[in-house]
Amino acid sequence: MLLLEILKENGQREVFCGLTSIVWLHRRMPDAFFLVVGSRTCAHLVQSAAGVMIFAEPRFGTAILGERDLAGLADANEELDRVVGDLLARRPEIRTLFLVGSCPSEVIKLDLAKAAERLSTRLQGSVRVVNYSGSGIETTFTQGEDNALTALVPFLPRNDEAQLLLVGTLADGVEERFLTLFERLGITKVASLPPRRSTDLPSLGSGTKVLLAQPFLGATARALQARGAQLLSSPYPLGVEGSSLWFEAAATAFGIDPAHTASVLNPLKERGRAAVAPHRLELEGKRLFLLPDSQMELALGRFLHRECGMELVEVGTPYLDRALQQPELDLLPANLNLSEGQHLEKQLDRVRAAKPDLVVCGMGLANPLEAEGIATKWSIELVFSPIHGCDQAGDLAELFARPLRRRAALAFN
Amino acid sequence: MELTLWTYEGPPHVGAMRIATSMEGLHYVLHAPQGDTYADLLFTMIERQNKRPPVTYTTFQARDLGGDTADLVKRSISDAVERFKPEALLVGESCTAELIQDQPGSLAQGMGFNLPIVNLELPAYSKKENWGASETFYQLLRTLLKDQVLAPGAAKPSPSRWRAEGRKPRLNLLGPSLLGFRCRDDVIEVTKLLADMGIDVNVVAPLGASPSDLKRIPEADANLCLYPEIVESSCSWLERQLGMAVVRTVPIGIGATQQFREEIATVLGLDQLPPAPERSRMPWYSQSVDSTYLTGKRVFIFADATHAIAAARIASKELGFQVVGLGSYCREQARAVRAAAQELGLEALISDNYLEVEAAMAAAAPELVLGTQMERHSAKRLGIPCAVISAPLHVQDVPARYAPQMGWEGANVIFDSWVHPLMMGLEEHLIGMFRHDFEFVEGHMSHKGQKTAVAETAAPEVQTDAGCTWANSGTAELGRIPFFVRGKVKRNTEAFAQERGIKEITDEVLYEAKAHFTR
Repeated sequence: MLLLEILKENGQREVFCGLTSIVWLHRRMPDAFFLVVGSRTCAHLVQSAAGVMIFAEPRFGTAILGERDLAGLADANEELDRVVGDLLARRPEIRTLFLVGSCPSEVIKLDLAKAAERLSTRLQGSVRVVNYSGSGIETTFTQGEDNALTALVPFLPRNDEAQLLLVGTLADGVEERFLTLFERLGITKVASLPPRRSTDLPSLGSGTKVLLAQPFLGATARALQARGAQLLSSPYPLGVEGSSLWFEAAATAFGIDPAHTASVLNPLKERGRAAVAPHRLELEGKRLFLLPDSQMELALGRFLHRECGMELVEVGTPYLDRALQQPELDLLPANLNLSEGQHLEKQLDRVRAAKPDLVVCGMGLANPLEAEGIATKWSIELVFSPIHGCDQAGDLAELFARPLRRRAALAFN
Repeated sequence: MELTLWTYEGPPHVGAMRIATSMEGLHYVLHAPQGDTYADLLFTMIERQNKRPPVTYTTFQARDLGGDTADLVKRSISDAVERFKPEALLVGESCTAELIQDQPGSLAQGMGFNLPIVNLELPAYSKKENWGASETFYQLLRTLLKDQVLAPGAAKPSPSRWRAEGRKPRLNLLGPSLLGFRCRDDVIEVTKLLADMGIDVNVVAPLGASPSDLKRIPEADANLCLYPEIVESSCSWLERQLGMAVVRTVPIGIGATQQFREEIATVLGLDQLPPAPERSRMPWYSQSVDSTYLTGKRVFIFADATHAIAAARIASKELGFQVVGLGSYCREQARAVRAAAQELGLEALISDNYLEVEAAMAAAAPELVLGTQMERHSAKRLGIPCAVISAPLHVQDVPARYAPQMGWEGANVIFDSWVHPLMMGLEEHLIGMFRHDFEFVEGHMSHKGQKTAVAETAAPEVQTDAGCTWANSGTAELGRIPFFVRGKVKRNTEAFAQERGIKEITDEVLYEAKAHFTR
């Protein structure tokens, strides 16, 4: 095993909290509602992260705690029941209600797990109420999805038949493509978590082999393993290399003839590499700095280094889940500058000193860095865009090449 | 506990950030958990700011809660002071930190720094963004100007002392801030207005001011309270404690701009009001025959108090619209909005629930909506043209061009930006009207896209709540009525039918109702 020297830092973090993952989770499950129990800050955060008011009545909202709830004058549980009652009366199409814990609800120790149980019983199966925490004191950005999926695991029905379970939200189109490819490989029983309808939960048992589509689902993976599923280890399906290794991991686990696997994947690999090639011309030799954000930094760094020829100045990750990231670490250079956690000011000092050609960062930092003359790519786009799989490798490379191309294209003289 | 889907205002510490980020040389240490840094993007993305907000977040985590979060606060404060060397420091907390009661402001004051420190206590569970901004600016002024407070019984400085001192009069422009509506350009426009009157600008704050600039505020002869949401409390305090006169007219619209000039002349004791340069085309544009079609256009207004009140006056007096709804999400300024509504024979809608606002909008059946970015979305859903006139705003509401709201040029901008969507709406109607003509081949796309056009061709609803039904002839006639008044006509006709016990609404009933309501 590779022993990396890791820079561990503590300080200001410029990272969203786990509530942000509601923005893509609610789109994945249109019959679910995400109710944050928190403060006006939580409501403002989700709204600002979503960028615009996409839907007049979104499938997420915040039960904003008021002074009365804190002072204990109003029984917070009664208040919550009332808010949930009003909400469900207004939105009868909702089948799963996620009660999402926040920093304030955690600090005042509002027991949302118990509340979820109580509400589920009261609603008698018409709506399933599930609780998880998206609080910033416990979760960063994509960990919100990890917690949401972990909360669903106890509800998965038992079935010990052999099946492949894909875990992590994928764009619908990408998921469909993956199902086609698995079928071509000869793996026919494939399910997804989260499902597209919150009531169509996949089954789970000793025959289940879990393939993670995202690198930030450690808690979910452990919960699935605890219920007897087998976790397949693989790099993540970003880029041609990661995607083909990912499919191969599944094929091997299902005993597919390697020659057959190669015959299915080779044309995809070839086409993927051809799609990456023009962007590689742009990216090759350019120096990349990834700030910690989505937890996809290692996989992206691996893709941009190995397939696009970029030089990695530093790869930051909010936290390092060794078990889940080892397959990625194994593909990264031994002298990688890897940092875990964040001390924003010190890290930006390193960015300025290194003068990288491209910085991957959150939206709060992008324009200020651009104004300092440093090209950036906002990382939030990476959790919204279809970027997984060999077929998307070209598009993924293009996301990073575009800021460089744009800079080269602009002239004001 | 209150269910909120979209909010007009952020929490109060975001208001404090607006003050800190608007100013120079000021730094804000915010005791807050991971995630609260989202607020940075409001400034760097919506306002396209080219630098990070001057805010240091302590970023405490669950594992810190068992230990010493107070120590984390102190470390963050020391680091921030050392790194940014601010002239003054704001110290406060976000909603979660308020619960753990580390009192970062008091901690900071006990650390022995030789700089003004403002301890911000902004109750996150009862107050909101505008209040937070207002309170922050007020506390900052109190801290920086405490030595200049008048002794009890001391004479107030005269706002006409400029004459005796043999200089031009000078004023402070108070209120413009980031994430406010068009503040950047309003400052330029108001500066021009004052220059036309031979008046200098002393300090503009908070936008672009440093703490040392704020200390010069008392050198002005009076203060302009340009955005009451942000600076009313500060202006009142400066009036009470430093004896500074305040000009309270907000110069948005032709009439208000003229009144603003008159109020300044009176307060400063100018010999005469210099004639207004003819810099606005708005009055003539409004009088020109092309504007005849604007007469009586039904307009629904919902905004912050400043812009809602100004819009109501411009709409009713200067453009000849009919204001059919007026409201604001600013509870602190509700009284002024209610008074403005009453003048127009309306009851003001004071609410921060956008669904309630959308319902009121639908019921008023307006032809134009003037609102925030929330109303833009509601209006789009209802198929009504809309212009954004107030925060909360989106990146498209921060234009590259010069686009003030205040002063003469502001009136020009308002004329264009309100009339334009209305013309687009009219065009939409004409497209609907002529859609059966042969020139309009199938699949003609209006600028709003296919969806609206399809919705228009669909048969109007025939179900009623009023216990009557629509006959085919009535439905056909209803379908010929322009979509933007169709809802209103339908409701009126049904009310008319119900009142008279008519069970079936035919085309004749519709026309009888029309005649009845026209009278």
